[in-house]
Amino acid sequence: MNKLIRTDQLVQLVIAHFKELIRQPEVIFWGFIFPILMSLGLGIAFSQKTDIVRSVAVIEKNNPSDTSRQHSIIDDFLNVHGDAIDPAHNKGAQRKLTLSDKRIGNTIFLFVKKDWQDAILLLKRGSVGVIMEEADGRIIYHFDPLNIDAQLSYLKLSNAFARPATGVEDNHEEVKPLTVRGTRYIDFLIPGLISMDLMMSIMWGMSYGMIERRSRKLLRRMVATPMKKSHFLAALMFVRIAMNFIESALLVLFAYLVFDVTIQGSAGALCLVFLAGNIAFGGIAIFVSSHTANTETGNGLINAVVLPMTVLSGVFFSYHNFPEWSIPFIQKLPLTLLADGIRSVFIEGAGIKEIILPSAILSAVGAVFFTVGLKTFKWH
Amino acid sequence: MPIADMSSNHPVIEVKDVHKSFKSVHAVCGVNLRIHEGQFVALLGPNGAGKTTLVEMIEGIQKPDSGDIFIMGKQWHGNADELHRIIGISLQETYFIDKLTVKETLRLFASFYDLNARRVDEIIEIIGLKEKRKSYVAHISGGQRQRLALGIALINSPKILLLDEPTTGLDPNARREIWEILLELKRQTRASLILTTHYMEEAQQLCDYIIIIDKGKILAEGTLSQLLKDDGGEKIIEYRKKTLDDVFTAMTGRRLDE
Repeated sequence: MNKLIRTDQLVQLVIAHFKELIRQPEVIFWGFIFPILMSLGLGIAFSQKTDIVRSVAVIEKNNPSDTSRQHSIIDDFLNVHGDAIDPAHNKGAQRKLTLSDKRIGNTIFLFVKKDWQDAILLLKRGSVGVIMEEADGRIIYHFDPLNIDAQLSYLKLSNAFARPATGVEDNHEEVKPLTVRGTRYIDFLIPGLISMDLMMSIMWGMSYGMIERRSRKLLRRMVATPMKKSHFLAALMFVRIAMNFIESALLVLFAYLVFDVTIQGSAGALCLVFLAGNIAFGGIAIFVSSHTANTETGNGLINAVVLPMTVLSGVFFSYHNFPEWSIPFIQKLPLTLLADGIRSVFIEGAGIKEIILPSAILSAVGAVFFTVGLKTFKWH
Repeated sequence: MPIADMSSNHPVIEVKDVHKSFKSVHAVCGVNLRIHEGQFVALLGPNGAGKTTLVEMIEGIQKPDSGDIFIMGKQWHGNADELHRIIGISLQETYFIDKLTVKETLRLFASFYDLNARRVDEIIEIIGLKEKRKSYVAHISGGQRQRLALGIALINSPKILLLDEPTTGLDPNARREIWEILLELKRQTRASLILTTHYMEEAQQLCDYIIIIDKGKILAEGTLSQLLKDDGGEKIIEYRKKTLDDVFTAMTGRRLDE
């Protein structure tokens, strides 16, 4: 009676959890379709070479009838190098300047004439990044130097106005766009998405699921039988991990077919770090759901875990842009370890040897949280 | 002396001076009771009387602050697996997995007792849900859900059945269907039953021993006729008005359905 493993019980629990999962249409959408849509949207947004269009505000002179200033550097430049456009269809701009570059794509600047107040308003709203003004025969550029996009606009405009004859392509430099595998944004994104999906799927699927079962007294009813608690949790984790493998496999297949994203490292290493990520978040999920029977509190607890990591762990963009002092902390977060690990297999060609340490740390994190969570777990 | 104490020296359930409090609320205050094989016992009392707390302590779901509980002579500590196999329970307001069918739900619980699909079919027959066996739990009525809960409680052919308000919120027809199943069980087996209810009629129809409980204390106990005649030797009501509700009202100044 006290067998270590009760096979039929374990099988029936796995079947029940699995059926419960696949019979919910929203699980199919959020688990399978949404990650693919997200990778499609972001992949297209960051992989198509389209024209970059930026608006620039030009400060109108206070007294246009002032004959002492008949010549305007900006107007004169745009009359020669720019094109007249219909303001009604071009965000109120009357002139545009196209900086052609076949290698890295064109940049189009739309020039909107405004007084200072309106120009500042446009800047605050993010409609323009740079305000241009003329004073004493010179062009003054106003922009936030911490805004990288505004800074790039300034550099391009400044270069164009200073050296109108040479053009962007006509210089002594050479640009060679990188085509090496693993250097595109989509190559960076797919491993991040796989990691985030894994975390979300486990935290919401397991943690929230258990809190809801507790609030509906289902856990209480189940443990008032000879059911082994360990079997219940093992079945839950098994089904969730199996689903995660399927979800991620589909995402990888999609990324391969649509964006030609390939796994450059070892498939075994990928499976190992992926499994370790499941163990880590499985343990965290059990810990988070160990006490509360209130789904509102559960929502808050789960968000408190997943939101900071989603922002910090480099899912969509590199965490190296965060302040230097915070990087060592960010690198130790479970999602960072997982995303970095998966990314290293995908784009750096990592194998088992490189992945063994992060996998061991993730597994240990899972084991610690699982043990503490199980000790304090409230079944009733 | 109550019938419960006369039938055997070995009660299937024995509760000795049990106390349980939640913060400042004394849910159960010094309760003693003995229930014997084959006995159907009603714990009758209004909402908040302490019935559920008492039953959940007997079920092993909650621990008493003090006092002892013996099931077939054994306490819960160290004997949980064995005791779970001989009791069947139905909690107040239990939900099952919405997206499992009636049959799948019973099959899952059957596996906890090492029982197979044949027992599942028997239970479906007993609870009259053959036509609904392939329906999701989310799609069956409240009465059918209560019958499913009862089926799960019966799946291991328990020696002791503990049902916490099994018919609350059901219409009279659905209630009668549950009663029929329990009366059939009484005819066919030697199982003992503790049933909590605040329906006087339910206690009268199903149970041969009634315990009236309020504010965590047993106010009176006995067979229906004993309770209607007196209460601890004191004449408390006139013969012409004797119902269980009258007994309760005379004791507490309140009605059962309050």
